[in-house]
Amino acid sequence: MSYRIKGNTGEWEVVIGLEVHAQVISKSKLFSGAATKFGADPNHHVSLVDAAMPGMLPVLNKEVVEQGVRTGLGLRAQINMKSVFERKNYFYADLPQGYQISQFLEPIVGEGTITLDLEGGDVREVGVERMHLEQDAGKSVHDQHPTQSYIDLNRSGVALMEIVSKPDLRSPEEAGAYLRKLRSILRYLGTCDGNMDEGSMRADVNVSVRKPGDELGTRTETKNVNSIRYVQQTIEHESKRQVKILEEGGEIVQETRLFDASNGTTRSMRSKEEAHDYRYFPDPDLLPLVLDPAWVEEIKATIPELPDEKKERFINDFGLSAYDAGILVADREKAMFYEEVAEGRDPKLAANWVMGDFFGALNKSGLSLDASPVSAKQLGGLIGLIKDNTISGRIAKEVFEVMWETSKDADTIVEEKGLKQITDTGPIEAAIDEIMAANPEQVDAFRGGNEKLIGWFVGQTMKATGGKANPGMVNQLLKKKLAG
Amino acid sequence: MSNLNNLTISDALDGMEKGDFSARELTEAHISAMEKTRELNAYIVETPEIALEMADASDKKRAAGDAGLMEGIPIAMKDLFCTEGTQTTAASRILDGFVPTYESTVSGNLWNAGAVMLGKSNLDQFAMGSANITSYYGNVINPWQRKDSDAQLTPGGSSGGSAASVAARSAMAATGTDTGGSIRQPAAFSGIVGLKPTYGRCSRWGVIAFASSLDQAGPMTRSVRDAAIMLEAMAGYDAKDSTSVNVAVPCYQKALTGDIRGLKVGIPKEYRMDGTPKEIDEAWEQGIEWLKSAGAEPVEISLPHTKYALPAYYIIAPAECSSNLARYDGVRYGLRVDGESLDDMYERTRGEGFGDEVKRRILIGTYVLSAGYYDAYYNKARRVRTLIANDFKKAYESVDVILTPTAPSPAFGIGEKMDDPIAMYLNDVFTVPASLAGLPGISIPTGLSSEGTPLGLQLLGKAFDEETVLKVAGVVEEAAGFSALPQLMAGGK
Repeated sequence: MSYRIKGNTGEWEVVIGLEVHAQVISKSKLFSGAATKFGADPNHHVSLVDAAMPGMLPVLNKEVVEQGVRTGLGLRAQINMKSVFERKNYFYADLPQGYQISQFLEPIVGEGTITLDLEGGDVREVGVERMHLEQDAGKSVHDQHPTQSYIDLNRSGVALMEIVSKPDLRSPEEAGAYLRKLRSILRYLGTCDGNMDEGSMRADVNVSVRKPGDELGTRTETKNVNSIRYVQQTIEHESKRQVKILEEGGEIVQETRLFDASNGTTRSMRSKEEAHDYRYFPDPDLLPLVLDPAWVEEIKATIPELPDEKKERFINDFGLSAYDAGILVADREKAMFYEEVAEGRDPKLAANWVMGDFFGALNKSGLSLDASPVSAKQLGGLIGLIKDNTISGRIAKEVFEVMWETSKDADTIVEEKGLKQITDTGPIEAAIDEIMAANPEQVDAFRGGNEKLIGWFVGQTMKATGGKANPGMVNQLLKKKLAG
Repeated sequence: MSNLNNLTISDALDGMEKGDFSARELTEAHISAMEKTRELNAYIVETPEIALEMADASDKKRAAGDAGLMEGIPIAMKDLFCTEGTQTTAASRILDGFVPTYESTVSGNLWNAGAVMLGKSNLDQFAMGSANITSYYGNVINPWQRKDSDAQLTPGGSSGGSAASVAARSAMAATGTDTGGSIRQPAAFSGIVGLKPTYGRCSRWGVIAFASSLDQAGPMTRSVRDAAIMLEAMAGYDAKDSTSVNVAVPCYQKALTGDIRGLKVGIPKEYRMDGTPKEIDEAWEQGIEWLKSAGAEPVEISLPHTKYALPAYYIIAPAECSSNLARYDGVRYGLRVDGESLDDMYERTRGEGFGDEVKRRILIGTYVLSAGYYDAYYNKARRVRTLIANDFKKAYESVDVILTPTAPSPAFGIGEKMDDPIAMYLNDVFTVPASLAGLPGISIPTGLSSEGTPLGLQLLGKAFDEETVLKVAGVVEEAAGFSALPQLMAGGK
């Protein structure tokens, strides 16, 4: 089902492209040795280069280049063996050099692909146009002084990856799926932590509308949107706004807009005429970046299994549904947790437990995975007890609750509470005999043809054995005895 | 003038080694000369206390048998090199009062080699100029005067203070930087030796940038041997400058064998330009004769794109400078002129902080990089630059070194050419092509003009072949036997 805006003149298609700025995980900045750690006191992570002192020169950080190559490989993209850093010139108080060092005509990464996981297990490929490396600016703080602004240069010079999608997205849902998938890939790769609330991932949202089949319409670009929800709101608002203008006979102005989180709308920031002329030119302080193919191969060898491959494996090797596999692989830590639970166990049973009781308990307690009171090994132990008939699934739920509270192993709890399943026919037969003796009219009714009563007998037997009797054996023995 | 002031670096090193005099005595003689020649305005800041302290340390090091390559040699440091704890201004009001907390790599290398800092020498503002008349701290006066005239002449630029201090014997040597001729042209105007090394030979770290792809530091001295000694102390790979090149630094003095037999010397026909004074051409012919008699073979060569070099240079250098100088915004250091808004503060600070020539180049640079003009100017200039580099590459397939005049005229008067930027830019016509190609070049004083002012010849070499350049320069120096002294020097002539 395609997403369409219903206008007075018919349906409109929404065309979306995203430019995602992702902060590179690295110890130091793109061109200086200053630390990148979030949360330091203002202006404490600033080198002479970051402050653009006279005579200072940038030196490219190899770790960042490696992260860039890693990301390109993770996006199944073209790695450009030669790329060029250029200067993007503009004046602003939080841009000490008066230019941002970025890549323009020759980025380090070319075209790639991201596979979206859509509702119901559907997938769709979205093109990546390019990815380049650039410096972040500092931060202007406007609320500390009545007439002046403060500048914090801690972020000045931190490496960003700008990942530009092709205009392949068609709905807010797809944009959300794109961002989630991109974030997932970056986290798997360890190249960006994806924390949008700390600003380490933010998106410029390009939106245009057209009648299905028409040429692309004029787009607007909404800058620096910092959550998936806000990106979706931007698209919803912007597309409706554009349809309204077009249906009223107006024209869309190509412009830069800002998202207002307080009411979910966008407003104009500057038009194309007011747009900066950035006067890009190759930074003469830096040589072209030329990669050694052998080094790129080395990096390739360290790329972990990514969500798409993992999902494929979960479906093919573990027999999971596409939907379940998609949920399990979305987050690398959760996927690794599941794999540890499933190791040597029934993978489907493990998936049910991880996605059901375990994620449920985690959500309910508001804990993160690494703070879980039950480890993957312990959960695996519980599943082992179910599989070898030591306990029933019903008892297992009881045991899991105790595990969650005490962090004890499943077999310890089963032992302590005497919850071991009765698989010895003697005690079960004795219990059945007792029940049949005490309820002759029920026995007669069953034998008279009311076979539904078997359920009642099972319940009584389980009750008599404290729920520990093996349900299969109970059924089998009851049928035999009731048959007379 | 004490006789200590007239020594070359190599003589002074010998004298100190023999115990004839100390670094302190040598330095005191130069501090005294610095004071006596203040009217030349060669220094923006004099640092006599630092000089004496460094000289004493040098005497101790020498006594301990630990003398460096430049141990105890008092020099002037162009005020474009950031010096830790000493004001560094690029001769611009916008950096007035700026005291770096760091030392440039090249100045640091020199101090490590034992050199002694006398002060920070004057220059054209941000190294933009060919007459040292754009300095916020006033123009520099050439120690040379025309015969029968006391009209003040320019020392050339941008390293005018460095050239004047070396010529006036108020420094034994000085650092310069050369973007389009800023070492070689003032050396020629002031009767000294000036060497611009290959781009990437000396680190640019801590040198206030004018045009990053062209800027290169080098020595300004009174002999070719001194230039060899000083370059060895300055040069070297620096990981902090991505454009510095990791090539071993040789002992350049060893190249000064005097033997140039069989060397092929290129004489580019395009450097014979209409309107060049006859005596410049004659000095050039004389140079060719000297080299021929020393056994070298002059070869006429063609550098066909020469005439495009100056226009290309005056697009590329301003383009880079317009971006390099964006950081001087009044926010973090130097001058700030408060305004109604951020933009107003920028405008007032930069309006009052930069001089006219700097503003002119920022405007030109901004224009040539702007949308719609970029391809016609900046990109075309870059292509021209490649063609010029190829011209040299081709020429060096058949010759070892190239001989040309350094400048199209001897030193001109202060005030001349001031209202015509183009006439001023033409000063660089012989020096700019090698700058665009990143090649090493040296200017050697070869004689006096009819006016009695110095003339210089330029030798250009292959990339990282400063040794051949120095070797041939040594032969020219020997043949020329230039020994004339300027009128305005400590104690008089």
